[in-house]
Amino acid sequence: MSKLLTILVLAGLFVILVGSILRMPSLGSIDNPSYNETTTYYLEHAVEETGSLNVIAAIITDYRAFDTLGETTVLFTSIAAVISVLKSKSKGGH
Amino acid sequence: MDDLIVKTITRLIVPFIQLYGIYIVLHGHLSPGGGFSGGAILGASMILFTLSFGLEEAKKKVPHRISMLVETGGILWYIGVGMIGFISVGVLWGNKIAGFDLGEPGRLLSAGMIPLLTLAIGAKVASTMITLFHTVIEEDE
Repeated sequence: MSKLLTILVLAGLFVILVGSILRMPSLGSIDNPSYNETTTYYLEHAVEETGSLNVIAAIITDYRAFDTLGETTVLFTSIAAVISVLKSKSKGGH
Repeated sequence: MDDLIVKTITRLIVPFIQLYGIYIVLHGHLSPGGGFSGGAILGASMILFTLSFGLEEAKKKVPHRISMLVETGGILWYIGVGMIGFISVGVLWGNKIAGFDLGEPGRLLSAGMIPLLTLAIGAKVASTMITLFHTVIEEDE
């Protein structure tokens, strides 16, 4: 009974996910909603506002530097988790 | 692992990988790449060194204490550069507005704080990869 329920739920999820993939805009199409005025603004003003020729670097370390702080915090958290798990286990094993 | 061919090739190739990684980090504001990719290359070079020379030799090159210092120093450096703008004009990670000299676009010394932040991210990613790999390898032995 529960197996049948699992299969039904998974099949429903499958239909929803595949349906949403089919509704997605095609990759690289000029009509994508991601090509809006923000993209145009970055491409036009990044060099004069940040002095960086690499617009991606200008975005991730200038316009969205706070977001990059979050990414480095993720790295820091991951290493803290790994060290706390592995080191404590090896200490307890002795 | 004790193989002469692997050790010789590693000894030859690791300086060039590290030079390439440093180049990618330092030119983060000019060419494709930046802190994350350059730091990944630097970390991968040390992983190659660890795989061919063993953990003891690699621990001599990058002690655990040093990589932890670089790691915490990197994130503190990142926050400190942001705090310069916050204290002077009240904008976190302000670049031009906080008084950083933008210079002439295309030169190595340009773009204000972006190279400083890229350096911090590169050091952080490299030391994170090295510490993770050494910790996981240590567990196996």
